[in-house]
Amino acid sequence: MSVDSIFVHKMWNDTELSKMVKGGIPFAMLSDGGGKVGSVYGIYDEDAGVETRGRFIIDPDGIVQGFEVLTPPVGRNVSESIRQIQAFQHVRQSKGTEATPSGWKPGKMTLKPGPDLVGKVWEVWKTDQAFD
Amino acid sequence: MAGEIPAGCARPTGSVVGATPDKKLNLPVDEKIIGGGPATMIKVGKKAPDFTAPAYHKGKFINVKLSDHLGKWVVLCFYPGDYTFV
Repeated sequence: MSVDSIFVHKMWNDTELSKMVKGGIPFAMLSDGGGKVGSVYGIYDEDAGVETRGRFIIDPDGIVQGFEVLTPPVGRNVSESIRQIQAFQHVRQSKGTEATPSGWKPGKMTLKPGPDLVGKVWEVWKTDQAFD
Repeated sequence: MAGEIPAGCARPTGSVVGATPDKKLNLPVDEKIIGGGPATMIKVGKKAPDFTAPAYHKGKFINVKLSDHLGKWVVLCFYPGDYTFV
């Protein structure tokens, strides 16, 4: 979503993005003229008249589970966004009984928070697991 | 579902669902715009504000409403503008 019109979105897709992504952009390119939606999400830069690089993960109940906001010159890390969604999905599937420690990705161990685990994380989880 | 919209000469715009016509946003008290400054950042664990927005999707112009996607995971990305390089 950006403040550009849907007409400009089409031209950007047709003239440039479709040359990077076969078949063009698969998802909807949303238009937010005037930054009305961006303002509510707190990422619209009124001085510049554009949105900053805000990224929101919204769960099936419409709840914001996470967000990240970057200034314009730095692009996002799509793999990290996907990792976070996988982690939120895992936690949801466990009905909140499991938590994903730092650096978790599918296949790595989760933790089951509870009285027995207090002060004992060091016994079951090592800091090198925080890294790839 | 998202309905297709006709491509007229007027530039289509969307809106925040629940916003009043004078553009003051109908937000919960703790998220009201104060002193004309920017709205406070929305919070994790809280409802994502609903909105409708025109969109370009696979050759068609459509209207997208966030709440139509309840039941699915949604990634909502904002960016400074088309052709902004990164």
